[in-house]
Amino acid sequence: MAERRSFRIWRGSAEGGDFASYEVELDPGMVVLDALLRIQSREAPDLALRWNCKAGKCGSCSMEINGCPRLACMTRMNVFAPHESITVQPLKAFPVLRDLVTDLSWNFEQNRRIRPFKPKAKGADGRHRMYQEDVDRVQEFRKCIECFLCQDVCHVLRDREGQAAFVGPRFMIRLASLEMHPLDDDDRIPDVKNDLGSAMCNITRCCTDVCPEHIGITDNGIIPLKERIVDRYYDPLRMIAGRLFGRFGGG
Amino acid sequence: MDVAGIQTLSHDVVVIGAGGAGLRAAIECSALGLDTGLVTKSLLGKAHTVMAEGGMAAALGNVDPRDHWKIHFRDTMRGGKFLNVWRMAEIHAREAPERVQELEDWGAVFDRTRDGLISQRNFGGHRYPRLAHVGDRTGLEMIRTLQDHGVHQGFAVHMECTALQLLLDGGRVAGVAAYWRDSGRFVVLRCGAVILATGGAGRAWGVTSNSWEYTGDGLSMAYEAGAELMDLEFTQFHPTGMVWPLSVRGILVTEGVRGDGGVLLNSKGERFMFDRIPERFASETADSVEEADRWLAGASDARRPPELLTRDVVARAIMREVKEGRGSPHGGVLLDIASRREADFIRRKLPSMYHQFLELAEVDITKEPMEVGPTLHYFMGGIRVDADTQETCVGGLFACGECAAGLHGANRLGGNSLSDLIVFGQRAGRGAADYLRGLGATPHADDAQVRAAFRRATEPLHRESGENPYLLHEELQVLMDSQVGIVRTAAELEQGIERLERLAARVATVKARGASQYNPGWHEALSMGALIVVAEAVARAALVREESRGAHTRLDFEGERDEWLKYNVVVRRGADGAMQVRKVERPEPPAELARIARSGIEDLEREVAGEREGAPARSGQNG
Repeated sequence: MAERRSFRIWRGSAEGGDFASYEVELDPGMVVLDALLRIQSREAPDLALRWNCKAGKCGSCSMEINGCPRLACMTRMNVFAPHESITVQPLKAFPVLRDLVTDLSWNFEQNRRIRPFKPKAKGADGRHRMYQEDVDRVQEFRKCIECFLCQDVCHVLRDREGQAAFVGPRFMIRLASLEMHPLDDDDRIPDVKNDLGSAMCNITRCCTDVCPEHIGITDNGIIPLKERIVDRYYDPLRMIAGRLFGRFGGG
Repeated sequence: MDVAGIQTLSHDVVVIGAGGAGLRAAIECSALGLDTGLVTKSLLGKAHTVMAEGGMAAALGNVDPRDHWKIHFRDTMRGGKFLNVWRMAEIHAREAPERVQELEDWGAVFDRTRDGLISQRNFGGHRYPRLAHVGDRTGLEMIRTLQDHGVHQGFAVHMECTALQLLLDGGRVAGVAAYWRDSGRFVVLRCGAVILATGGAGRAWGVTSNSWEYTGDGLSMAYEAGAELMDLEFTQFHPTGMVWPLSVRGILVTEGVRGDGGVLLNSKGERFMFDRIPERFASETADSVEEADRWLAGASDARRPPELLTRDVVARAIMREVKEGRGSPHGGVLLDIASRREADFIRRKLPSMYHQFLELAEVDITKEPMEVGPTLHYFMGGIRVDADTQETCVGGLFACGECAAGLHGANRLGGNSLSDLIVFGQRAGRGAADYLRGLGATPHADDAQVRAAFRRATEPLHRESGENPYLLHEELQVLMDSQVGIVRTAAELEQGIERLERLAARVATVKARGASQYNPGWHEALSMGALIVVAEAVARAALVREESRGAHTRLDFEGERDEWLKYNVVVRRGADGAMQVRKVERPEPPAELARIARSGIEDLEREVAGEREGAPARSGQNG
C-alpha cells in the first residue's frame, strides 16, 4: 500500500542554496504538507517552512510546487501523476530567509499604508444597519486568508521597482472591501490612484487564477476600483468642471 | 554570555500571543496610553483564532428578541456544569454584546438579518440563536478585523518572535526572554506587565483540531513563574472532527453544521442522540424526530434537537456508538446535512466545510454525509486569574482567552470562546493599565536570570547528541491519546503519569540539529519542554477529580458528585520544584447569580420579559 515519492526541496538562505533530494513514504489521502512534515521529522529536522492550520484557512504554507504557487496543505499528493517527482521551492517574489520561508514583511507594510475603516454614524436606535445583498461582495473579499500567492504571481511585484510602485492584488481587494463597505465613510480613491499604484496592474488575471479562496480579485475587485478612478478623474464632463472650478483636478 | 550585547526592547506592557485575545488586549493597552509590544511566534493574522468557524455568542437579541444576558449566563453555567467562576460567566454574558458591536464599528462584516442587523445562529447549549457569524469563517473575520484595526493603534508587533521565559524581580513581572525565529537571535523585552494570550496545549494529543502553535507555552511560563493553573482536567473533545483520510484526522467540522440542521446518524441510520439526552436537559430538548424537525422549521413551541446538546454529551454519545459497533467505516459516525438542506444553502452557510471536505476528503457534503468523530479541541482550564482584572497571583502577570481558566467551568459552549477572547482581552488590557498605574519603581530582571534563560534555550542546539524532538512529540501524542483521553480511569492516569515522567527525562536531553536561524527542530525541542509540563498537569488534575463532570469522564467514578462541586483542582510548582496538585474550595456563589442560574427557563423568560417591558428600549439587552 505504501508508496514512495521523491521530492526536490530548495534548501538555502539569502546567500544562496540548491535543491536537495528526499524520498518519502506516503499514506493515502496525504497532502504535500504532510510529506514535507514527514521529511522534516525523519530526515531534515531543520527544514524551514511555515504552516499553521493545515486546513486552508490561515494561508501560511504558501510555496511553489512544481512551479505553481499553492498552499501545501491543500495540495493533495494524488493530483500528481504516479512516479512524478515533486519540486518545492519558496515564493519567488519575496526574499528568501531560509529554505521555504520568505520575508513577507513588505506585505505587512503595505497594509499599514491603507487608511483604516471609518464608520458612518449609527442610526437613531444606536445601531448600524446594512443588508445581506449589500455585503455579499465585501464578504467575498474578506474571505482572503493572506496567503500572498496573488502577490507572488503578480508580475508587477516581481522586482523592487514594482514593489515600490504598486501594493499588489491582495491590497487592491482590501481597498475594494473598504470602498464597497456600506458603513465606511472614507474615500481612498485618490490614494489608490496616486500612491498605491492601481495603474500598474494591466489585468492579466494571474492573481485570480491562483487564489485558493476563489475570490474574483480582478473582475470583482481591481476592475471596479479602476472604473471608480476613471469615473472620477477621466470623465470628460468632470474634467471640464475640474478645470473650471478647480475640483477633481490632476487627471 | 554578555547580557549587554543582547538586543533589549522596552515596553510598558508585553502581550504574548496575537490571536483574538492578544490582539484585543493590545488594542486596549494602546487605547489606555501604554507603550505596548505584541509578541507572536507566527506571522500576524495566522493565530489559531482563524480556525474558529461557527460564531461568537452574545445576547444581542437580533434574531430572537427574548434573549438576554441572564439567559446567556444561565446557559453558560449549565453548560459548564456549575463549575464556572460565577463572576466571569456574568461579566462575559453582560459584556459580549458590546464587544461584538465594537467589532462592527471596526469594520467586521457579519452575516445580516432581514432587518439589516447582525444575524445570529443556533448552537449547542444556547437557548436562542445567539452566535454572530460570517458563514463558517467567523474566526478569520475576527482576527482580520482586530489586525487591520490594530495596526493603526500604535502598538509594536513583533512577528515570529518566540517567548521563552518570564523574567521576574522580587516576584513581580519584569520582562520576557524571547528569540527572533528568522535570525535565531535573542531579545530581552523589558516591561512592567505581561499579558499571556497563548491559547491551550492541544498538540499534546495526536487527534486534535489545534495547529502546531498549541504547545502550552503560556501555561508553562506562568507555572514556572509561580502562577496557578486551574481546571486542567477539563479538556474539551469537540464531537465532530474529520476522521478520514488519516492525514486530516482531527480537523474541525463546525458545530454550525448541526446548528443549521445537520443530524448525527449511526451505521444503522438511527439518530442516536435521541437515546442520550441527560436528565438536566430533558425538559429543553425535543424527544421526537417530528418535534426536532418542527424546531428546524422555526416553530417556537418546539424544543431543540438533541444533536445540539452540549459538546461533552455529544462526544461521549459518538464514542459509545463506535465502541458498540455502530460506527462509520473509518471509526466515526455520520453527520448528514445533504438530506436536510438544499445544496445552495449548504454552500452559502458552510462554504469552508464544503471546500474542506471536497478538497481534502473528496466528499461532496451537499450530496453525501460526512464521517466525524471526537477531536481534542479546547482547554477549559488554564491560568487562574481574578475575574475582573484577569491578573494572576504573580504581580504584573495577566492571562486571557483560552490560556486563562474560569469562564467555561467543566465544559465550554460553542461560540463562548470567540466572545471570551474579546471580553476578557479587553479586561486584561484594562487590568494591566490599572496595575501599572499603581506600580512604583519599574521592576528590573537581573543579568543572571537573563543569562540562565538563554543558556537553557541554547542547550538543545549545543548538545553533542540527543533524541529527535519530533519523534518524542509523536510519543507524547500517542501517550496522551491512550492514557488521558475522553474517558479516564485511575489506573490509566497513574500509568500515564509514570510514562510522562520518563518522557520528561528524555525531553531534557533532546537534540536540535542545525543552526539557530529559522530552525523548526530547535523550536520543537523548546516547545516539548512546555508541552510536557502541561501534559503532566492535566494528567495529575484528572487523577485528583474523582467524579465525571462535563468534559472530564472517569469510568471509575461515574456521574457528577455533589461534594466535588465545591472544589477546583489547582496545580502549582512547589518550593522544591515538584508539581503540587490540590483541591481548592470554591467561594459561595453570589445569591443573585445562583438564583438566575438555577431558575427554571420559563420563570427566567417571564422575568426578563417583565424587565424589558419596564425598561427603556434595549437597555435590558446589555444589562
